[in-house]
Amino acid sequence: MSIITTISLSIIPLFILIVLLVATWKRLPAYELFVEGGKEGITLAISILPFLLGMLVAITVLRSSGALDAFIQLITPLLSWLGFPPDIVPLGLIRPVSGTAALAMTTELIQTHGPDSFIGRLASTMQGSTDTTLYILTIYFGAIGIKRIRYALKVGLLADLIGIIASVIVVSWIF
Amino acid sequence: MVNVIWVMMLVIGIIYALFNGTLEEVNQAIFESADQAISLVIQLMSVLIFWLGIMKIAERAHILKALSSFFRPLITRLFPELPRDHPVIGYILSNITANIFGLGNAATPMGIKAMEEMQTLNQSKDTASRSMITFLALNTSGLTLIPTTVIAIRMQYESTAPTEIVGTTIIATVISTISALLLDRFFYYRSVWRK
Repeated sequence: MSIITTISLSIIPLFILIVLLVATWKRLPAYELFVEGGKEGITLAISILPFLLGMLVAITVLRSSGALDAFIQLITPLLSWLGFPPDIVPLGLIRPVSGTAALAMTTELIQTHGPDSFIGRLASTMQGSTDTTLYILTIYFGAIGIKRIRYALKVGLLADLIGIIASVIVVSWIF
Repeated sequence: MVNVIWVMMLVIGIIYALFNGTLEEVNQAIFESADQAISLVIQLMSVLIFWLGIMKIAERAHILKALSSFFRPLITRLFPELPRDHPVIGYILSNITANIFGLGNAATPMGIKAMEEMQTLNQSKDTASRSMITFLALNTSGLTLIPTTVIAIRMQYESTAPTEIVGTTIIATVISTISALLLDRFFYYRSVWRK
């Protein structure tokens, strides 16, 4: 584990070092190039803003109205009947939609059930093994102005579902 | 599709709030989340400026090209539509590497840059290309091998083995990534057959 942590920590500084050394060796104006590339970052961030804001407001309205909670309560009996641990259902449903909400839920589950309980381990695995599909699609497609996303959302959400089912199976099997 | 989902989320939320008596919360949520979006973009802007700056140097120094020729066999399998030796492959690889090591801050700028490069190769500019969807399928399925945030939370609540979930996370990630790629292929071929 410590080896992996060391790699994670050193990969960015080492990458920057290599880039700068190669650039200097090739006699490139490194600082000017940096500024030129950085400028693109500003326009890119600004162009993402409306997409991100629109999605974030919609998700927050759905959550704060209580509609999302009501839906989760409605669907929980069905999913626990299928063998899903009921405590984990809300996390599974929120994970692809909202990253911050999912992280808050994972923290809460670990806090109440303990990090080394079945639920604690399952929540940890689920949090780590999938990403916030809706956020990624919003940011990436928004940045380049794609309007028709075709089957991208279907692929992302179905893969999330499989990832969640896989987490339940793997965690019950290993621990 | 996105239009319908977005409208549905807002309409259902507001109508539910009308009957549930949570209009006050909804009111507050609208302005708070709009605020939150601004601070998110500012955070994103800082990493975007830094990483796009560094990556511009890397591109001109032909480091991205060297990287892409090394992994060419794998990438051409995954992204058959992308031309060989195009800088986009370097950006895709940088994004994947950053994701694997849990460096989300670096992964997003490189991912956006990869999307931009794919957009220059895209024939109809408002429609997602096949490569873009494959790339996002990879990204949404996680790719993270070291879940640093989760480990930190587990430590905070005094887990006896905070890192014991790394193994299960890797297995679950591999399963969801492979499924994402298979689903991507399935839906792509289905859309081709339909035409």
